[in-house]
Amino acid sequence: MSAMLEPGQIITTFGPKVQLLEQNENDDSCATFQIKDEDHTLGNSLRYMLMKNPNVTLAGYSLPHPSEARFNLRIQTDGTIKPLDALNKGLDDLIDMFQEIYDKFDYKLKLKDYILEEDAEPDAE
Amino acid sequence: MIPPMKVSSIDFPNNFSNNLDLSWDLEAFKKNFNVVITKLTKLNIEFDFIGLDASIANSLRRYMLAEVPTMAIETVYVKYNDGIMADEVLAHRLGLVPLKVDPRQFEFSTPGENPTDLNTLVFKLDAFCRKNTKALKDAVHPSEKYLNSSVYSSNLEWVPQGEQAEKFEDVKAVDEDIILTKMRPGQQINLEMFAVKGVGQDHVKFSPITKPGCYRLLPEIKILKPILNEEAKLFQSCFSKGVIDLVENNDGDLEAKVVNPRLDTVSRNVFMHPEFEVDVESSGIYPPHVIVKEGLLGLIEKCKKIKEALE
Repeated sequence: MSAMLEPGQIITTFGPKVQLLEQNENDDSCATFQIKDEDHTLGNSLRYMLMKNPNVTLAGYSLPHPSEARFNLRIQTDGTIKPLDALNKGLDDLIDMFQEIYDKFDYKLKLKDYILEEDAEPDAE
Repeated sequence: MIPPMKVSSIDFPNNFSNNLDLSWDLEAFKKNFNVVITKLTKLNIEFDFIGLDASIANSLRRYMLAEVPTMAIETVYVKYNDGIMADEVLAHRLGLVPLKVDPRQFEFSTPGENPTDLNTLVFKLDAFCRKNTKALKDAVHPSEKYLNSSVYSSNLEWVPQGEQAEKFEDVKAVDEDIILTKMRPGQQINLEMFAVKGVGQDHVKFSPITKPGCYRLLPEIKILKPILNEEAKLFQSCFSKGVIDLVENNDGDLEAKVVNPRLDTVSRNVFMHPEFEVDVESSGIYPPHVIVKEGLLGLIEKCKKIKEALE
């Protein structure tokens, strides 16, 4: 018989940045990850991207305490994919999205079809 | 049915019964997403993100405010200070002075380690106030009666360390006219300051954005039924100046037309007049060139860090 786990006990550690919290051993379609030194900045955009995945039935995040730099990310899938794979895909999609925003912003900046004041430095890198 | 644009999006897969494919599609996003830059000045940028979720725009805003690094004075060594301002208050004021130097040329310093020319800038401030012997007899203002009665940010003197003199032209405060403290004849201030690289998360003095970086949803004003003549004038008065224009239509009547919804403050005054059939809702997203780019690159870096940890 396996020992009872304390609520929120860390069971797997992916380096110092990400940890997997306690979960039901019989159900591998859901997981709670704890991500350190991150807040709403990553949490909310990652939640949005996870929810955009049709195989994810629930994605949510919370900051357990405002003065602790970490957030918990709950992912529940429909069983066809593992939460870890969903998280990886979410991060890949987010990178693609930010790259596209960067590319388009850079392109539009170079077009210079906006109000450009004399003291502006549009070519500064 | 395409779901309406809301502040918090609801266009997620399985949210609607009509099997609409709302899952993430990069190609569809590339087609739909647009950036419209409207204005660029020395210190401000104004642009629209069209077709972007509020959560993503907010992440960018948060990142730019709190995680794009700058250099700021962190340690002040007070050798001499008999001015009116206490050491710690003066040190705090010095910390808040924005420094004109590219932070990307520096490394973050590690606590407990000795500062090097790669992570620290050194400044000196040496000011002595004395009576102005050339002042007119009837001079009243301290700036005429005394010399150095006000200490400005231009008095900060950069002391290049190591290879810094070759690497940087001149390091000084962004604005030269910030009053740091005031003095009277006989008073003297002699300080040495260390500036380090930091992020806004740690202290606002490190934030690269001075006015709050902000975004808002661009107001969209739809006139559902033509509004004519007197009603049109009343309709125009419900919005900020420049939002609604009155134009003469084919029948010779004055008709209200939306010309610049950007100027609207979304006051909702129009809803006090039930005779107007309008739909005021929000669509698209609105925030303030390099900070934005750094912000986006930083967010990409953030995602990659988590990915590394998962492998």
